[in-house]
Amino acid sequence: MTVQDRWLLPEGIEEILPRDARRLECLRRTLVDLYDLWGYELVMPPFIEFLDALLTGTGHDLQLQTFTLTDQLSGRMLGVRADMTPQVARIDAHQLARELPNRLCYLGTVLRTRSDGFGGSRSPLQVGAELYGHVGIESDLEVISLMLETLARAGVADVHLDLGHVGLFRALAAQAGLDRETERELFERTQKKALPDIHAMLAGALPAPAAMMLLRLPELNGGIEVIGEARSVLAAGGEPVMAALEHLARTAEVLERRFPELPIHVDLAELRGYHYHTGLVFAAYVPGQGQAVARGGRYDGIGRVFGRARPATGFSADLKTLLELGECSALAPAAVFAPASDEPALEARVRELRAQGVRVIRALPGMPEDARGLGCEGGLVRHGDAWVVEPIGT
Amino acid sequence: MTALTIALSKGRIFRETLPLLAAAGITPAEDPETSRKLILDTNLAEVKLVIVRATDVPTYVQYGAADLGVAGKDVLMEHGGDGLYEPLDLRIARCRLMVAGDPDAPPPRGRLRVATKYVNAARRHYAAQGRQVEIIKLYGSMELAPLVGLADCIVDVVDTGNTLRANGLAPLEHIADISSRLIVNRAAMKMKHARVKELIERMATAVAA
Repeated sequence: MTVQDRWLLPEGIEEILPRDARRLECLRRTLVDLYDLWGYELVMPPFIEFLDALLTGTGHDLQLQTFTLTDQLSGRMLGVRADMTPQVARIDAHQLARELPNRLCYLGTVLRTRSDGFGGSRSPLQVGAELYGHVGIESDLEVISLMLETLARAGVADVHLDLGHVGLFRALAAQAGLDRETERELFERTQKKALPDIHAMLAGALPAPAAMMLLRLPELNGGIEVIGEARSVLAAGGEPVMAALEHLARTAEVLERRFPELPIHVDLAELRGYHYHTGLVFAAYVPGQGQAVARGGRYDGIGRVFGRARPATGFSADLKTLLELGECSALAPAAVFAPASDEPALEARVRELRAQGVRVIRALPGMPEDARGLGCEGGLVRHGDAWVVEPIGT
Repeated sequence: MTALTIALSKGRIFRETLPLLAAAGITPAEDPETSRKLILDTNLAEVKLVIVRATDVPTYVQYGAADLGVAGKDVLMEHGGDGLYEPLDLRIARCRLMVAGDPDAPPPRGRLRVATKYVNAARRHYAAQGRQVEIIKLYGSMELAPLVGLADCIVDVVDTGNTLRANGLAPLEHIADISSRLIVNRAAMKMKHARVKELIERMATAVAA
């Protein structure tokens, strides 16, 4: 390591300097206050915990994304969280075991072995909210509304909402009697909407109605009218498919009424997080961003591995992304400059000003007295016995 | 109108995509072979073409720098296709991804050394056969590697096979049939779905014709 590269940070790891840190903190407070007003209680899961606890329940979607190390005390593997959702699910299942719905929110740094987003960050500041204990569109609607409110508070404009339901693919795959390996392969192709490859895979291999429905699924995307189209295309799908479409239709209908300005897109082959999502999934997109800026969905039963299965739905976003896209500005307030003197009257005046919420910066002997350079617009000047704030001339 | 950016690579893919774009009502205002511009206007004010290297097309589309693109299946196999939709096989720029080498060469004593620019596709191909091979990443003139003893065989796209024959090599194993796909950025598919779906449908009709 040479002197030149000693200050470099690892790839995808970033630090936040005062101006942005102030904005970030301002946004953080705004959001935590917002969730508080909606009845969501803040939890602070640990940064590091046993790997098993971090990975169970989410399938193994997170395995490659998690930094691991060996615990010298227990000899077990530890993981640095790559996603806080499983941690919060563990808290709901185990620490807060109660029958009432739990509304929990969280905010903290997660680490990823590889960046999965544009800009390449491996240390997003994840913020999110989860609602446990209720099955039905009301809880889905609540978290979607809270996600939209989060984006609005962050000043992210022109949000598009994408809705999907992983239950459709799951039900169709089960109905077609696909084995695990084939389902996994078909899942990957469906997620990419790789119609030519799906065709090559299903043609002749499956009875016609099942193959036709799986083949049509990737094309079922567009406006809300797609749900109606799906009702006829997937009519042979039976009860689980119809129930999923009904759930989607009712959710979309209420959202349209609540947010008349919001563009809603429906994509019935959206399978992100398929391994742990169980129902409705949703994501927010904004123009100019090639990837979702916030996302979430239903993941009933994730708590089973922790001893208590509970219905669950929630969303999360990266606070750094929201900050970048948002309009939130927080300028440092003008400060008052106080001379370097330990005179009791000055000391008392400084304490008084700070108690009133005024930022006071003390001069340090031997340093240039550049009050303006330190962001001060006023200075403390003695008039007789009193110390008075006077504007600093330019 | 909804703005659309389409990423294309110069040469064969560009030439063979033109008639399909024309069927969707899009004609470029300039020829990339003669123009030095990297962003080409079209007859439609809201549609732009960006000219990038073939291997970069998925990256541009994945991150939304372009809404759509045309990329060979070989490039997509190598890229992995994460974050992309590939809804349409354009059936253009067709060729095969193959293992090629000297058919008369004795089998190597140790691990097979494979020279290729398709590192991931080659590794997957041999892994599926249960063979551990040594991959040597090269950027061009693959055919030279077996001739000078750098590798035992190569994995490359083969069109007519003329270059192979001229260098005393022959196709040995077929890995995949290659053609170009229309790829779409996920966010574009969701936020510009009416425009994007119309384009896909018109191109699909032209491909089927």
